[in-house]
Amino acid sequence: MAIDKDIQAVPSQPVKKKEKSSRERKNQLMFHLMMIPGILFLIVFTYVPMAGIVMAFQNYIPAKGLMGSAWVGFTHFQRLFSLPDIGLLFRNTIIIALGKIIIGTILSIVFAILLNEIRVMFLKKSVQTIVYLPHFLSWVVLSAVVMNMFNLDGSITQILSSIGLKDLNFLGSNKLFQPLLIGTDVWKEFGYSSVVYLAAITSIDPGLYEAASIDGASWFKKVWHVTLPGMMTIILLLAIMNLPNILNAGFDQVYNLYSPMVYESGDILDTYVYRVGLIGRQYSFGTAVGLFKALIGAVLMIGANEIAGHYTDRKMF
Amino acid sequence: MKEKLNARIIIIYILVIVLGLVCLLPLWNIVAISLSGSAAVAGNKVGLIPVDLTFGAYEKIMSDGQFWRSFGISVLRVAITLALNLVLIVLMAYPLAKSKRVFRGRTLYMNLMIFAMLFNGGMIPTYLVVKQLGLLNTIWALILPGAVPIFSVILVMNFFRGIPKALEEAAIIDGATPLQVLFQVFIPISLPSLATVSLFSIVGTWNDFMGGLIYITKAKDYPLMTYIQALNVNIADAIKNNASAEQIANLAQLSDKNLNAAKIMVAIIPLLLIYPMLQKYFVTGMVVGSVKE
Repeated sequence: MAIDKDIQAVPSQPVKKKEKSSRERKNQLMFHLMMIPGILFLIVFTYVPMAGIVMAFQNYIPAKGLMGSAWVGFTHFQRLFSLPDIGLLFRNTIIIALGKIIIGTILSIVFAILLNEIRVMFLKKSVQTIVYLPHFLSWVVLSAVVMNMFNLDGSITQILSSIGLKDLNFLGSNKLFQPLLIGTDVWKEFGYSSVVYLAAITSIDPGLYEAASIDGASWFKKVWHVTLPGMMTIILLLAIMNLPNILNAGFDQVYNLYSPMVYESGDILDTYVYRVGLIGRQYSFGTAVGLFKALIGAVLMIGANEIAGHYTDRKMF
Repeated sequence: MKEKLNARIIIIYILVIVLGLVCLLPLWNIVAISLSGSAAVAGNKVGLIPVDLTFGAYEKIMSDGQFWRSFGISVLRVAITLALNLVLIVLMAYPLAKSKRVFRGRTLYMNLMIFAMLFNGGMIPTYLVVKQLGLLNTIWALILPGAVPIFSVILVMNFFRGIPKALEEAAIIDGATPLQVLFQVFIPISLPSLATVSLFSIVGTWNDFMGGLIYITKAKDYPLMTYIQALNVNIADAIKNNASAEQIANLAQLSDKNLNAAKIMVAIIPLLLIYPMLQKYFVTGMVVGSVKE
């Protein structure tokens, strides 16, 4: 810091000033040059597609291009709202996403509190190594693992069958598919999500626990009155940041596990856009559905950012 | 009092161990299946210990040309993506780490980046752009759309901002240009944050199956995860769910459970190899990532 100030304190000579400003101009140019390659990629692969959003208001025909295709106004959006499945798509998306966020958050917090009590370091490190692992694996791999467990002849299906819950078709029943998606996503992510909560616990002042002990507080009381309040800021912050995710139910997971039998409970906005829009080549309609979802997502994102700024003075952007 | 305390501790230890096992056993089961004989696997006899221990499935993979072709495509894709990502990340993070007084135009670039992080054209317009550029069915379709990982740029930018100004000014007094400062001063002391973003890039690219699904139409050019994804079909369920005879016959060829298990194991080996590093740097990355821009 002191060095910093010394340099700034040196009075610039008039001659040096001129030198400096020409160097600054050169630096400016250099800075722009450094930005250009990356910005070009963003323009081509993010901003140009954004312009392509106008096809949501056209009957886009690839051969005619954006310029030649006919404008149809809000027709695709009207179709979207008159679609019998639209309510179902939104309901599935929100139930699955909210289920993952709520159950995942609770389990991560509980796991962090439990893990913090483990004093045998070897055990603690081993368990951490294992529970973080699924986070790094692709749903392509994990869906094979999940199917292996929950198929009609899967180990868990068989175990449940042996205790009287016979013929559970997790992957084929509209009653069980949503719980399966939520449960397996929580399974994949709870360990890694607990990292942040564990860090929050370790930053709580030990003096608070000592004071609570002197007051004769039980372990549960200490968790309730010291640990959880100490984690509250980060819990709130992450909850707020998760708000925009209630329309992101997880394309990768659903796509790898669902089948026509469970479209009724498992089809989400993203899989619908892919299947109907891209595979079904209804480009304009698919884009309209995607745009509608993105708009709601943007509102939620901006709202979440404002709430975060208001309550925790930490913004995402 | 003491007894009560012990009971609590025992319960906590048991719960933690159970959660650990819940994460481990499903994966372990796949390992056991990959090492078991086909008959035992088909008869659902494999639990946690391989039955009729054999490396047959792995031997089969060794001579599976398509598997290694896809594996190679994924390796090449990760290598090029990583190199491109890193170059663009440091080039952009350096000027963006300057204040807007030093780098006029920073605000504009920053807004462009944040806007691009929050919004995108969506799956279909992006697909059409890639198609228009003639990139379909080339490896570049799997690489270029993700060339600028914006979150990583911001992460490294924040790291650059924490570097003492005096270091840079000393180099500038010695006559260093911005590029020299970046490569000779900033990058050598930013290796931990560069390791973090490299791992983001490697894991994200290796695990992505969507790119292959959308941009590659020839199965022989699939990257590994898209290839594996195509195997994820279960014949038993297909039969019980009234699939047509033709579909079942197709599935039967694909569905060789212990072979597929072995393919999955080989597909995650690269990640397991870098897992110690992942644990070290992802945890820091997660903490750094929550820092405000």
